[in-house]
Amino acid sequence: MLLIGAEDEEKWLAEGIAGIQHNAFYLHRALDSNNLRDALKYSAQMLSELRTSKLSPQKYYELYMRAFDELRILEMFFKDESKHGVSVVDLYELVQHAGNILPRLYLLCTVGSVYIKSKEAPAKELLQDLVEMCHGVQHPIRGLFLRSYLAQISRDKLLDIGSDYEGDAETVMDAVEFILENFTEMNKLWVRMQLEGPGRVREKREKERSALQELVGKNLHVLSQIEGVDLEIYKETVLPRVLEQVVNCKDDLSQYYLMDCIIQVFPDEYHLQTLEMLLAAFPQVQPTVDIKTVLSPLMDRLSKYAASSADVLTEFLQVEAFTKLSNAIEKVIEMQVDMPAVGAITLYVSLLTFTLRVHPDRLDYVDQVLGACVKKLSSIPKLEDRWATKQLVALLSAPLEKYNDTVTALTLSNYPRVMDHLDNGTNKVMAMVIIESIMKNNTCISTADKVEVLFELIKGLIKDLDGATDELDEEDFKDEQNSVAKLIHMLYNNEPEEMLKIICIVWKHTMAGGPKRLPFTVPSLVFSALRLVRQMQGQEGDIVGEEVPATPKKIFQLLSQMIEALSAVPSPELALRLYLQCAKAANGCDLEYVAYEFFTQVFVLYEEEIANSKAQVTAIHLIIGALQRMNVFNVENRDTLTHKTTGYSARLLKKPDQCRAVYACSHLFWVDGQDGIRDGERVLLCLKRALRIANAAQQMASIARDSSGPLTLFVEILNKYLYYFEKGNKQITAAAIQHLIELINTEMQSDSATSDAFLASTLRYIQFQKQRGGVMGAKFESIKL
Amino acid sequence: MNFLIEAFKPACSISIKFSDGKTRKRVPIKRENGQTLLAPLFRNQENIAGKITIEPHQGKRIEHNGVKVELLGQIEMYLDRGNFYDFTSLVRELDVPGDIYERTTYPFEFSMVEMPYETYNGVNVRLRYVLKVTVSRNYGGSIIEYLNFLVHNYSPPPSINTSIKMEVGIEDCLHIEFEYNKSKYHLKDVIIGKIYYFLVKIKIKTMDIEIRRRESTVTGATNHVETETLAKFELMDGAPVRGESIPVRLFLSPYELTPTHRNINNKFSVKYYLNLVLVDEEGLRYFKQQQITIYRLPLQDT
Repeated sequence: MLLIGAEDEEKWLAEGIAGIQHNAFYLHRALDSNNLRDALKYSAQMLSELRTSKLSPQKYYELYMRAFDELRILEMFFKDESKHGVSVVDLYELVQHAGNILPRLYLLCTVGSVYIKSKEAPAKELLQDLVEMCHGVQHPIRGLFLRSYLAQISRDKLLDIGSDYEGDAETVMDAVEFILENFTEMNKLWVRMQLEGPGRVREKREKERSALQELVGKNLHVLSQIEGVDLEIYKETVLPRVLEQVVNCKDDLSQYYLMDCIIQVFPDEYHLQTLEMLLAAFPQVQPTVDIKTVLSPLMDRLSKYAASSADVLTEFLQVEAFTKLSNAIEKVIEMQVDMPAVGAITLYVSLLTFTLRVHPDRLDYVDQVLGACVKKLSSIPKLEDRWATKQLVALLSAPLEKYNDTVTALTLSNYPRVMDHLDNGTNKVMAMVIIESIMKNNTCISTADKVEVLFELIKGLIKDLDGATDELDEEDFKDEQNSVAKLIHMLYNNEPEEMLKIICIVWKHTMAGGPKRLPFTVPSLVFSALRLVRQMQGQEGDIVGEEVPATPKKIFQLLSQMIEALSAVPSPELALRLYLQCAKAANGCDLEYVAYEFFTQVFVLYEEEIANSKAQVTAIHLIIGALQRMNVFNVENRDTLTHKTTGYSARLLKKPDQCRAVYACSHLFWVDGQDGIRDGERVLLCLKRALRIANAAQQMASIARDSSGPLTLFVEILNKYLYYFEKGNKQITAAAIQHLIELINTEMQSDSATSDAFLASTLRYIQFQKQRGGVMGAKFESIKL
Repeated sequence: MNFLIEAFKPACSISIKFSDGKTRKRVPIKRENGQTLLAPLFRNQENIAGKITIEPHQGKRIEHNGVKVELLGQIEMYLDRGNFYDFTSLVRELDVPGDIYERTTYPFEFSMVEMPYETYNGVNVRLRYVLKVTVSRNYGGSIIEYLNFLVHNYSPPPSINTSIKMEVGIEDCLHIEFEYNKSKYHLKDVIIGKIYYFLVKIKIKTMDIEIRRRESTVTGATNHVETETLAKFELMDGAPVRGESIPVRLFLSPYELTPTHRNINNKFSVKYYLNLVLVDEEGLRYFKQQQITIYRLPLQDT
């Protein structure tokens, strides 16, 4: 029986509408014949249809609207005294003779509005009377609609009263008093709906109540429309009274809706000036009220308002808006013990957004907000809630976006503490956001302290965090580490000393990164350090005292540590390359022993770690290239190194590789430049050895595959010959070249191989040199093709 | 046949006219047959004067033993076989025995008539004033004509008129205080008051106020009481909560009330009560009745 079927409800509604229509018909007849007695009789009967208890609020509303339309017509009739011949004063009594309260009060309100308009009695008294008489209807739905009718019908009169008599504060107050009174009663009725009936239909009831909320809120809307309601009245009367009602009703739905309503309908300026009062209400509402969705729009509105003009901004400072908001939020969180983390964080996000917009210069405020958030989060070690995490990311991203300068965020002491509350995955995401922000804004981080903070922030990327068990996506990991590598390049200071500090700090952090990360981070760091070395090299003229800690030597020590760590990973090929880079830098600094040490490391690596033949080939070529340019070594050291190199070259696995490495080694003995070594004999030795190996390779190929290998090796060697020939190596003669060309030709004929493009262009080059004339032409003259 | 009808017709027509009949206020009264007619209105100790005209039909001669006019104040008890008790009886002889040949007019006057009671039409009792003209005859019976008139007596506003205020309730269940602004109301008065709810644990559906009239009559040794509800006025719709105060404003003018009558000629009393009735959702009624006095102010006779 309690759960009324929708079908029945439709039926009852139809019956109600029919009843209204029926009586409205006679009402119209009575109005047409100016018969007041009948008009009152039929209108009362018509209104009796509204006495039903069977309809849900939505259906009741339909019924109410039907009656409402009829009442407008009746009101017109009442207004025209010539039609019914009864003064409005008498009419006001006459309608009160009706025995049933609901029709009586509807009629009373209708006549009352005419009465007010006539100004035959003070509006204040009439309004007071109407709002008082409406106490007779205690049924929540019927009472709400009746009072809503009262509000509706008196609305235009109130606006007149509130605005007509400018400066007459008393009349304005009358109107305000009336609305407040009506509002209070409506809210009470509305809240009472919740208590009606059994608990199991609570959900349905709440839905029904929500449908009625606008009836209550309308009062506030009217208040906001009355011109006479200035800040003074709002502050002294309207807001305190409304808030009192909000707090006292102890109903979450009502509190939520009304707070939101206050914020929405009244101007921002008022909110700003009454901020303290408004905010004081929030900690007092029920713990189940979703404060964040009310308070956030308020802060949002205020911050937009602040942006509207500079004058407004000073007002914000005057009223200490930030402090007030911040205190309020703290209190709310304190009171609402059960508020989920996401709620609290959302509040802080809003507050932070507000702060950033209104007080962009007050970093301490920003830090304060973050600090408060940390305090709240301290009870929860890690956030599990996805939404909360999302909000936290928003909280952390906001300052980055605002300041376009990540350095600012680094000065916020609470920033890293907030980050600690993120789970590992999100922590990384956040770290990436920070790095991206730095990259986007091309921010240079130039002090060791900031670097320290920064690395503390992004430690999720730098090392494995405790309890990190989640599977890593290879691609993501690469992206992350590449970002870190990029970031390292953004850390820069012109002062070598500071820069060294920075490097040390970065190293301290990155070294904890483990084998997977080092290959990404170490190269960046090494090059960053080498840049410093080169910079100091440029400043060599400066006095470099003993006390100065930043010396190239020191840096090189650090470098070798780094690379050693890398080689232990193991990542020998990378380490080898870095060693070579360092050796080159040491060369530039004229530090022979350092350079030698690096080379030693290179060879150790080559011997012990690089087993792959392909890698060996590459390594050898790198070594040759690097060694060739070294000029710090004395003869003995150089000999040792070149010897080693040529030795390893000849011991490569594949013949062609051997061959190529060996002829490359020839460059070790022929260095361009003023004091370069020019040992033509050893060059020739290398080339001859290369030829031998090429021959052997050729033979091996013909035996193994029954076809001679390509002539490429020979052509390559020919090119080397030509190179040294041009460079003026006396050991390389035209005859030797001639001999080599013939050798190649013979090989070609026997091999019947197709003509080789490389060879052809080489020959064309010789031809070209011959025809060029001059010294070079003369030199090439003797070579016959 | 016409002759026969003529024979039963009264021999003359008698008309009674008050000397200020044109200006005197007339108020409607209900007759037994349900019709209302307007009757002249008097008050205590007024002079009642006028003219009585006797006009014989078609030149008939009326022989009589005298003509008189009586002013009677009567109480009629329906339960006592319709017996009349005259509490006032005044007589004026208009003519000595003789014959009336033509239209004759007799002036009459009762001066400063004591009419202490108001005209009243109740359930079991009626109090009325009447002028009775009798043309006494030896044969054919006397010719009698009546004329009803009304008496209203006015009271000055009472010097003491306290409000009615009372707390009532059922322990731990319902506790209210009601207040009516006065204990004495005139006929066109408004009852203003409020009902304050201290405690409500029952689900109240409605609250009404009723005006009840208690008419008690004495016939011989037996006492008879008749109660009517003259007004039923809804004060509240729905269930109030603690601390609610419900206004009362009841206009008395729409209802057919009379002043309170106390022990009229030891025959009857009429008393009025305000009855506050609360009905809960189960249909149970809770009520409290308070007596009020109703009086008539001058110039409230419409």
